[in-house]
Amino acid sequence: MGQIEWAMWANEQALAAGLILLTGGVVGVAGQFRGWEFAAYAVAAGVFVCLLEYPRSKRAKGTSVARSGQYCFTVCVKAFGPLTRNYYVRAFLHAAICVPGGFMLATVLGCVCLGIASLIYLAAAIRGEHWEPILPQKDTRKPVAQSIKNPPQNPPPRPPAELRRKPAKDLESAAYDNPMSVTDE
Amino acid sequence: MGNCIINNGFTSFMLVVWMAINIFLFVWYYFFYDLGDQFFYTRHLLGSALAWARAPAAVLNFNCMLILLPVCRNLLSLIRGSFVCCSRTMRKQLDKNLSFHKLVAYTIALMTAVHMIAHLLNVEWYNNSRQGVYDELSTALSNLADTENTTYLNPIHITSLDPQQIPTYFVFTTIAGLTGIIITLSLILIITSSMEVIRRSYFEVFWYTHHLFIIFFAGLVFHGAGRIVRRQTTTDPPHNFTLCKDRIDDWGKIPECPIPQFEGGFPQTWMWVIGPMVLYICERVLRFIRYLQIVKYRKIVMRPSKVLELQMVKSGFKMEVGQYVFLNCPAISQLEWHPFTMTSAPEEDFFSVHIRSAGDWTNKLIDIMQKLPEGAQGPKMGVDGPFGTASEDVFDYEVSMLVGAGIGVTPFASILKSIWYKFKDSNPKLRTRKIYFYWLCRETHAFEWFADLLQVLEREMEERGMVDFLTYKLYLTGWDQSHVDHVKVRFDEDTDVVTGLKQKTHYGRPVWDKEFEQVRKENPTSVVGTFLCGPEALGKVLEKKCAKYSDVDPRKTKFYFNKENF
Repeated sequence: MGQIEWAMWANEQALAAGLILLTGGVVGVAGQFRGWEFAAYAVAAGVFVCLLEYPRSKRAKGTSVARSGQYCFTVCVKAFGPLTRNYYVRAFLHAAICVPGGFMLATVLGCVCLGIASLIYLAAAIRGEHWEPILPQKDTRKPVAQSIKNPPQNPPPRPPAELRRKPAKDLESAAYDNPMSVTDE
Repeated sequence: MGNCIINNGFTSFMLVVWMAINIFLFVWYYFFYDLGDQFFYTRHLLGSALAWARAPAAVLNFNCMLILLPVCRNLLSLIRGSFVCCSRTMRKQLDKNLSFHKLVAYTIALMTAVHMIAHLLNVEWYNNSRQGVYDELSTALSNLADTENTTYLNPIHITSLDPQQIPTYFVFTTIAGLTGIIITLSLILIITSSMEVIRRSYFEVFWYTHHLFIIFFAGLVFHGAGRIVRRQTTTDPPHNFTLCKDRIDDWGKIPECPIPQFEGGFPQTWMWVIGPMVLYICERVLRFIRYLQIVKYRKIVMRPSKVLELQMVKSGFKMEVGQYVFLNCPAISQLEWHPFTMTSAPEEDFFSVHIRSAGDWTNKLIDIMQKLPEGAQGPKMGVDGPFGTASEDVFDYEVSMLVGAGIGVTPFASILKSIWYKFKDSNPKLRTRKIYFYWLCRETHAFEWFADLLQVLEREMEERGMVDFLTYKLYLTGWDQSHVDHVKVRFDEDTDVVTGLKQKTHYGRPVWDKEFEQVRKENPTSVVGTFLCGPEALGKVLEKKCAKYSDVDPRKTKFYFNKENF
C-alpha cells in the first residue's frame, strides 16, 4: 500500500461526514428534538465541513480530478494558508468539531464519521502529506524547435568585385575548364 | 434503432422490473404499517414515521439480497454457460454485473438514509411519550411494561437519565440500535472508499475496506432480533381500540377493554439474505479452490515497453475468444485478484496474458519476473476464470471488419490467432473468408508485441499464398513532426518504419467513408460483420456507417454492426 495518499480517502470521508452531520442537524431542528441547540450547531458545523472539504487537493503523484465547480472553494480555502494546508490542523479541527455532535442522537453518526475522517487525516499528516490547491494551468507554449534554422543574415563570401568581373579584353583567361565534358561526345 | 433495442432493450426491461419491485415493496409495506389495525396504538405514539421506517426496511431487505449476486462471477459464468443455446443478449446482461451492483448499492444507501431519519423521529417520540409530554393515551401506553400480565409497547423503559441522553442510551443498549449504528458506519466507510477516485488510484484501500460487508451482513441479520417494532395481539376478550382508546382508566376493569397486549414482529431479514450469503460463500470457496490448482508457466517473456507476457498451463482450463481471467499472486498480495484479457487462442494448448505496467501490483509482478533466472518457474499464481462473453459471432460472417482502439486491441490478438488456426485447419465453424483489421492507437508504445503478432501472421500468409486473407491498417493518431521526419527519410523502404510490417502505417484517424467504400467494392455480394473494441463515440460512428453503406438489395453488400463489450 505504498502509494496511498490517505488524504484522498480522508477527504471523501470528511465530506460524507459533513453531509451526515448536516442531515442529522436538520432532522433535529425540524423535529424540534430535545437538545435541538446541538442540532443547530450540527447544521452550521456540517456546512462548514462541507465547504472546507469540497475542494480536492492536488495529488502528489498522478492526475488530480477536481470536483465540478470547486475553483471558488479552492480560492477561499487557499486564502487561509498554512491553516488549511497542514493536515495536522485539519485532523484536530475535525476532532474538535465532532465532539458536540455526540450529545444528541440525531448527530451521533455524523460525529463518529467525522472522528474517523479526523483519524485518517492524522495518518495522512504523519506521512507528510499536505493540501495543494488545484489551479488551472497557464498555457505554456512549446518553445520553437531548435531545428528551425534562421535564414542566413549575410550573403555567402565572394571574392572582391574586381576579380569577379570577367575581363572583356582577355577572353582566353576569362574562360574556365569544365571538370566534366559538356559536349555530346 | 433495431440495434439499440436489441442491445439495450433487455437491460432497460430488467431495470424496469427491478424498479417496479422496489416501488411495490415500498408502497405495500407503507400501507401495511400505516393502515393496519394492529398498529393503531403504535401509530398513536409514532405517527406515520412508523410506516416511513418500515417501508424502506422492506426495500433494504430486497436489495441486500440482490447485492451479493452480481459479484458471484463463477455463478454468473455457470448461468451464462447454460444460455449457450439462447440469445446472445441474455449472456451480455450478465456482463453488466458491476453496474448493477453499484446501482443496488446506491439504492441501499438512499433507503438507509430514509430508514435512519424515520427511526430518529421514532426514538425521539417514544422518549417523549415515556416522559409524559404527550396525551394521556400515549402515557398510558408507554407505561405498559413487560410483566406477567402486560407486554410493552414503548421499548424505551428508562426514565432516570437526562432525557436528552436517553435516545442515545437506548440506541447503544438495544440490539437493533447497536447493530444499526455499526452497519451504517460500515456502509459509509464502504461507500467513501468505493468512490471512483479512490478505487482507480488506491485499489487496495477500496478492496480491503469493502470487506466490511461481512460486518454489514452479520449486523443486518441480527438487526431485528430485539423485536422492538410492536403490534397489538388479539386478546380474549378482544380489545377494541376504537371503543377503548378514550377509556384508559377502565382498561382491565371492564370486559370490553382488557389491557392491550403487544408482541414484536418476527425478524425476517435473514430469510431474504441467507440464500445469497450461502451462494457468495460458495463463490469464495470456489475461488480458493481455483487458487490452489497448480498453474505451470510455459514461457515468461519481457516484451518492449514494460509489457510482460505470461504463457501458462492449467489442467482442465478451457477458454474461448475474447475472455478474461483473474490473476492472484500471493507473493505480491494475498487478497488481490486482477483481471486480464487473454491473448491466446483456444486452439493453443496454453493460455497467455500480456500484462502492462500500470500500477502497484503489475509493477511488482514485472519486477519479480525480471529478477528470475533463465528458464525458471515463476512465482505461484492463482488463476480464476475464464469469464466474459465469448465473441463467437466473429466467426459467423463471410467478411469481417475488426476495429480495435488503443488497449481494445488486446482481445483481437486472441481473435486473430483463433481465426488463423481455424483457417489452417479448415474448421467448418469458420465462415470468414476475408478480414479487414483496423488498429487505431495514439502510439505503438506498449503494443509492439501486437505488431510482432501481425508480422508472424503476415509471414505465414505469404508462405501459403494467402496474402489477401487479412488486410490490416494501423492508424497512429498521436503523430508529430519527428514522426514525419522519420517517415520522409525512409519512405522508399519495403516495410513500415514504425511497425516493421509490410502495410504502411497511416497517420491520423481513418476516413471511414473511404474504408467502407473499399470494403463494399471488394466484396460486392457479402454480408460484412463489424466488430469494435474501443470507445463509445467510435461505436456510434461505425453504427451509422454500417447503416449508410448497407444495400437494401439482398444480393448486395450488407454491413452489420456488433457492439461487443470485451
